[in-house]
Amino acid sequence: MNPENEEILLEKVREIEQQKREKAAVEAERQANTATILNEMRHRGEPLEPEAARKQMSQRSRRNFLIGGATALIGVFGWKWMPDGTKQSLLTKTFRFNERVSQLFYRPSRLSPEFPLDRVSPRRMNGLAGMEGEFDASNWNLSIGGLAGRTEDLVLSLAEIKALPRTEMTTELKCVEGWSIIVNWAGVRFSDFAAAYLPKTLDGSQPDVFNHPDKLIPYVSMTTPDNGYYVGWDMPSILHPQTLLAYEMNGEPLVPEHGAPLRLASPTKYGIKQIKRIGRIEFTADRPKDYWAEQGYDWYSGH
Amino acid sequence: MQQQLEKKHPLAVRWLHWINFPLLTMMIWSGLLIYWANQAYGIRIFGYELFKFFPPWFYEISKIDFWGYKLPDYLPAWSYEWSNIPFRLAEGISLHFFFMWLFAVNGVIYIIYTIVSGEWRAILPVPGSFKRAVTVALHDMKIVKKLPPQGKYNDAQRIAYTSVILMGAGSLVTGLAIYKPLQLAWLTSLMGGYEWARWLHFWLTIFFVLFFLVHVFQVIVAGWSNFRSMITGYEIVDASEAVPTIAVEEGAKI
Repeated sequence: MNPENEEILLEKVREIEQQKREKAAVEAERQANTATILNEMRHRGEPLEPEAARKQMSQRSRRNFLIGGATALIGVFGWKWMPDGTKQSLLTKTFRFNERVSQLFYRPSRLSPEFPLDRVSPRRMNGLAGMEGEFDASNWNLSIGGLAGRTEDLVLSLAEIKALPRTEMTTELKCVEGWSIIVNWAGVRFSDFAAAYLPKTLDGSQPDVFNHPDKLIPYVSMTTPDNGYYVGWDMPSILHPQTLLAYEMNGEPLVPEHGAPLRLASPTKYGIKQIKRIGRIEFTADRPKDYWAEQGYDWYSGH
Repeated sequence: MQQQLEKKHPLAVRWLHWINFPLLTMMIWSGLLIYWANQAYGIRIFGYELFKFFPPWFYEISKIDFWGYKLPDYLPAWSYEWSNIPFRLAEGISLHFFFMWLFAVNGVIYIIYTIVSGEWRAILPVPGSFKRAVTVALHDMKIVKKLPPQGKYNDAQRIAYTSVILMGAGSLVTGLAIYKPLQLAWLTSLMGGYEWARWLHFWLTIFFVLFFLVHVFQVIVAGWSNFRSMITGYEIVDASEAVPTIAVEEGAKI
């Protein structure tokens, strides 16, 4: 082969290789995009004259904008003009619905995490409702209503409560306002208290707090001595092993602003349900009134 | 030149998208009513507060004295409601726990629809998307001329839309961890505990707001035809417009 022909042949080979490279680059770009990798397909209709395309589009536009606009107006003005009472009752009903859903999944065996003592937070005081007036802790007694086999209240002293088994726990107190602190509590488990002072049952049978809590009358009402603060609890939450009638906080006897001499402490509900300075406890068949539920908060407020 | 109608957004996606807008708005608004009860989070570095989301006067706005009158005295009755927001916690909670159901159901239907219909092919990113998303961003900043080939959405959109769906799921999960920290204690501890769950829930909301701002900005920049397609489902394209790199079903019954 003469050198001239060889040059022509080489040129041809380079050309073919160049074409191959370009083709490979196009193919690489085709492959290297997410739509192709994931097999995405675009859908286009028949080719149309611009006039026809615009006409089709504006028909679709009109219909869709009308439907969308009408829906938006109904939504906005429906909500805006809904009477306050209707809205309030809708929201309260939703609280009740959420409560029933929660109870469906409720298991008393599940516990709130406990913390080592060195994690205890500085104290934080929030709310003195029901504790504003004069109060003499040395004259304090706890009244209990709704006990099995009794019609009148039973009256207990702090010593009698402290005689029940003592339980200590270091748990998180969660405030509905959006903060939480870790507190060490000591007191009597409410379930131990209820086992010692038996609540009525619905059918009048012998109460069995630990084995048949479902037969007990379903609610507990608690009030401060001046009736200025009051909470209602459902039986499963109050019998939870981490619900205490507490008389000590962070290793010291309760101080007045934290609810001395006896308060409720429980990681099963928000702080608004953990009443301070309990004056009376009543086991009851009716859903008790609740200070903050009356202000539009969730009656259940359960965790 | 002939034109074609291109199907962009299925009916279900359009409804779910637009229903989500007021639902997310109500979730954020009611969340703010809750937040205002005890503004827990600013931006702090080594305990030094760099940034508060709302200045202290905001919480006192209904008490500020203007020449002997308070703000609500000057303005119509609704302004009292507005200027009194730090005390609307009960309202915030009840709205939050009402709209949470609708928000969750809407989101779950959207995810199921996206999986079943195959729409996920247009939304999910792949590992190579991140490199291409950078090119898209550079193109938007007019630094790079050529856009990488794309389907319905470019790779930056894919990453953004997939992230926002994951954020929705994250808000739901962190929300549940805050809502039932005892019965769902395992979930709360998975989030790193109650405080962390709340912190995550809050910051997810901030990112929702940022997403919203960028989203609206991009929609405005993209123009009317693009916006209209989210309502009608269709966009007009030139028939000759070559899209050689992406599979196109021509003459589709649309």
